[in-house]
Amino acid sequence: MEMDLLQRFEAYVASEKKIEPKDWMPDAYRKTLIRQISQHAHSEIVGMLPEGNWISRAPSLKRKAILMAKVQDEAGHGLYLYSACETLGVQRDDTIADLHSGKAKYSSIFNYPTLTWADIGAVGWLVDGAAIMNQVPLCKCSYGPYARAMVRVCKEESFHQRQGFQIMMTLAQGTEEQKAMAQDALNRWWWPSIMMFGPPDDNSPNSAQSMAWNIKRFSNDELRQKFIDLTVPQAELIGLTIPDADLKWNEETGHYEHGPIDWDEFNRVIAGHGPCNKERLDARNKAWDDGAWVREAAGAHAEKRAARKAAANTAAA
Amino acid sequence: MEKQHWPLWEIFIRSRQGLSHRHVGSLHAADAEMAIENARDVYTRRQEGVSIWAIPATEITASSPDEKDVLFDPADDKVYRHPTFYDLPDEVKNM
Ligand SMILES: [Fe+2]
Ligand SMILES: [Fe+2]
Repeated sequence: MEMDLLQRFEAYVASEKKIEPKDWMPDAYRKTLIRQISQHAHSEIVGMLPEGNWISRAPSLKRKAILMAKVQDEAGHGLYLYSACETLGVQRDDTIADLHSGKAKYSSIFNYPTLTWADIGAVGWLVDGAAIMNQVPLCKCSYGPYARAMVRVCKEESFHQRQGFQIMMTLAQGTEEQKAMAQDALNRWWWPSIMMFGPPDDNSPNSAQSMAWNIKRFSNDELRQKFIDLTVPQAELIGLTIPDADLKWNEETGHYEHGPIDWDEFNRVIAGHGPCNKERLDARNKAWDDGAWVREAAGAHAEKRAARKAAANTAAA
Repeated sequence: MEKQHWPLWEIFIRSRQGLSHRHVGSLHAADAEMAIENARDVYTRRQEGVSIWAIPATEITASSPDEKDVLFDPADDKVYRHPTFYDLPDEVKNM
């Protein structure tokens, strides 16, 4: 019986059909999705911190308004994803508690600091750029609520990358100092950005199953290659240099070849030893704790309003 | 961490006058007013709507996926409900 269901499920998703919340699904599929969607949601939320760092110091009112809109979008992305995750039977507050206790993971990239204004440009251009590359295929993922959330997210992401590239472009065309600032940001964000696609294919144990379930459509290395091929000419266009001495165009394959990636660094940051892991978690916990009185007040207000409404109803009856 | 477990609200948005409200997702809020306010910020940051419905998720009755066949199969063999079922001479142009 169970076997039957499993076979039917696998044939069903293989034929590009969507699974909806109340449909039967194997436990492992549900668990994989809960893990992936909640990590994705946490990444959107923690991702607000490095950028929020610059809202009050943006160089102009226009840049400040743009950055606020972008950060607000990321909050929205987190919320779409938490709500998609809940359709799989988990409670929102439990999911958030897992982030705050350090049990749940989020994208490692947000454990790097944003040291100068150029970092805001580099983050938009590279980090959002890599995120888009990862997210576009997820719009066709087999789980309906996740796919729908991704369609919305992707629509909103494209301005994020464009505004970041425009910041870099403006700096690169500025004074020598500004150009150096842009180059320095690119130097620091390049390698962490290309690590965002995850470990190389020969060391990515869960990928095959996710591919079979149509959750994942392209391998980590395929997406990374696509990102590099697209990004290198963009850097050239604005006169910046990708910090990879081994980077070269391969005429035959039609792709760029890149130097070795420092996976030890990647593993170190994932294990909690990046430059900002502690700072990020502390900031999330502080925001939650500092917001306690607001949540209490909102709860008390809702109760009072409900009681008043009930009293009015009794009086009218 | 103290937990809230505020009720879940399903959010429906009318994108413009003349169209029906469409489900866009869900959110948590202490009460209906807060659900509308949050829905404004979460789901209409780019003029996606002119009207919002917020419905407590617990108030929705859904058909079960197990009943899908019982409920929807009976329509399968009623092709005569579609205009293409009827072959008419070419002379009858627009009908
Ligand atoms: Fe995002
Ligand atoms: Fe973004």
